[in-house]
Amino acid sequence: MATLLRLATAGSVDDGKSTLVGRLLYDSRSVLTDQLDDVARVSRDRGLDQTDLALLTDGLRAEREQGITIDVAYRYFATARRSFILADCPGHVQYTRNTVTGASTADVVVLLIDARKGTLEQTRRHLAVASLLRVPHVVVAVNKIDLVDFDEQVFRRLSAEVVAAATDLGLADVRTIPVSALAGDNVVDRSARTPWYDGPSLLELLEEIPAAGDPATEDFRLPVQVVLRPQAAAPDARLRDYRGYAGQIAAGIVTVGDRVVALPSGRTSTVQGIDTADGELEQAFAPQSVTLRLADDIDIARGDLIAAADDAPAPTQDLRATICWLSDRVLLPGARVLVKHTTRTVQAVVRDVVGRLDLDSATIGPAEQLGLNDIGQVRLRLAAPIAAEEYVVSRRTGAFLLIDPHDGATLAAGMVGEPLAEARCPGQRPAQYVI
Amino acid sequence: MTSTATAATTGARRDDTPPGRHRLTQLQTLESEAIHIFREVGAEFERPVLLFSGGKDSVVMLHLAVKAFWPAPVPFPVLHIDTGHNFPEVLAYRNATVARLGLRLEVARVQDYLDDGRQRERADGTRNPLQTLPLLDAIAAHRFDAVFGGGRRDEEKARAKERIYSLRDEFGQWDPRNQRPELWNLYNGRHAPGEHVRVFPLSNWTELDIWRYVAAERIELPALYYAHERAVVRRDGMWLAVGPYSRPRADEEVTTRRVRYRTVGDMSCTGAVDSDATRVDDVVAEVAASRLTERGATRADDRISEAAMEDRKKEGYF
Repeated sequence: MATLLRLATAGSVDDGKSTLVGRLLYDSRSVLTDQLDDVARVSRDRGLDQTDLALLTDGLRAEREQGITIDVAYRYFATARRSFILADCPGHVQYTRNTVTGASTADVVVLLIDARKGTLEQTRRHLAVASLLRVPHVVVAVNKIDLVDFDEQVFRRLSAEVVAAATDLGLADVRTIPVSALAGDNVVDRSARTPWYDGPSLLELLEEIPAAGDPATEDFRLPVQVVLRPQAAAPDARLRDYRGYAGQIAAGIVTVGDRVVALPSGRTSTVQGIDTADGELEQAFAPQSVTLRLADDIDIARGDLIAAADDAPAPTQDLRATICWLSDRVLLPGARVLVKHTTRTVQAVVRDVVGRLDLDSATIGPAEQLGLNDIGQVRLRLAAPIAAEEYVVSRRTGAFLLIDPHDGATLAAGMVGEPLAEARCPGQRPAQYVI
Repeated sequence: MTSTATAATTGARRDDTPPGRHRLTQLQTLESEAIHIFREVGAEFERPVLLFSGGKDSVVMLHLAVKAFWPAPVPFPVLHIDTGHNFPEVLAYRNATVARLGLRLEVARVQDYLDDGRQRERADGTRNPLQTLPLLDAIAAHRFDAVFGGGRRDEEKARAKERIYSLRDEFGQWDPRNQRPELWNLYNGRHAPGEHVRVFPLSNWTELDIWRYVAAERIELPALYYAHERAVVRRDGMWLAVGPYSRPRADEEVTTRRVRYRTVGDMSCTGAVDSDATRVDDVVAEVAASRLTERGATRADDRISEAAMEDRKKEGYF
């Protein structure tokens, strides 16, 4: 059976993202006849002499009218080797929050640059987002290579430029491919018009890239979603005393008999059983949804974290974090917010804004406040402890949302610690950090 | 919905074998994600409800909900928005399923709205767009704050823009330009009184995933999903069943063909496709080879305009 790979696209307006996605779907035979008939008809109605593949993804009325992508569209396609979930993200500056949305779950970001324009501020912003959100792989499609006469030197120069910018931001795995989304060069099939390029096509590369990391290398974490106690409603009288802690394993592996600790209480116990509706398991791993039974009757509720007893995070009420500010409102020190971390939501106050990321220098400069699309560092004081870890250690237990307590709006994507600064020296953990 | 205890394993089960020791297959990944979503909603909302029509997507939804809360019962009722143009075998299936699982079934009937004049029959006879008002009224009357729907993003271009949690105002409206960013698997379900959240646990599933899952889990579906003989007429390039809600027009010839349904909705606008697929494995093969989308092949109501679904969703439709 096929595995699943999640991709997000990124790039500036008019770099041809929608066309590339349309081409990827079309050339991999993932577009069905009625969809193609539909876009062919709309293209003809508009007086175009060829079918505009961008219409395959720009589904909203306003998008088709304006020829831009407004919101993330999710697309699904498959080859014999793999299935893909593609988050097609808008490139417009005002929709950067959608790129953050797409990148938060992505295994790969496919970043487009226009061969005639090279690396733009928006390119650096998207590389920063990919780095901050710890997207394991970045593929840069140098698009419109046909418009620079398939010039090898242009491709080499732009590749060097974008890889340098990515390395500055701490991205380790960046690959570049010369592409013409409009004509289909190196998207699904390798192109004869780039004889100087001996690498894989975009789709070939996506089929080979490893998906998420190996759970065996991570410590066990399970945020408790629900305590299942069927009592009198149990289907079987023997289950009336059943008490299980249900959740999706965020990291690592758990085996019956393992010692675990419940956080933030710190009480320890042993895993007595791992249940699913299909029967008991001896062992389970991320990202399986399971239910744990423990040997001891300890008080555990939704929002608690069950973790490996010998390597558990220390609960804290003080967070230093990097955030992508996604709201039109300005973030000022003293703001009261809600922090949603795993399955726990707590009140918090923003103690101060430490700084803002300067995209040109890839460093954090001083700042008093954060505005829409700013990436910055803040210190938060929480009303109750959470079992947070550095985002660099875990994409699940290091991530949080900031929510407006008044109207419920999602204000920011938060990542515990200083992932960007730390990322600049890969393999080396910072001597000290505050979380 | 069988929940038989199997021998302890490392997560491998039945014919859906993982490709590696600590890797999930595509179907296992999708199942785990959907169960996570069901549990989040079950824990964070006061009054969730699951839309259940007896169609394959809502049947898979219910199957996942049972798994998510096992061995406790599903902690919410189900709601059917009844167009009045149902396939009888689907209604029978709906009732049997609800009884077997001991669920509470709420039904909101389009016919009631037509009878007392709150809505009028459309000229084209389709009742799918008429479901919006009874749905919104039912949500308000029961004060449901989370409404599970079986919508999949692969179905339609406006659905492809939908979040897993979709905040709706008191009019049930969807505003595609003002959706909450949805980050990691941290779903923000906060809403004001009167607002509700539509939840789509099958967002990332495709039609083929649904069928492969139905096969792997041996889920029973209404019989009309499999090939059978039926009296039909050709209309708008589809085979429409001849029945009390869809009578042949003067110029239409009634023929008996071997067909099956890819979607099950309003009988008057849901078309059948020619098929010999009588078993689930045949259907999986047929869906994998099809060059037409599910809706393109069988849903007349989506053809009303280029943005028919988007327009209906903005009004509060799923």
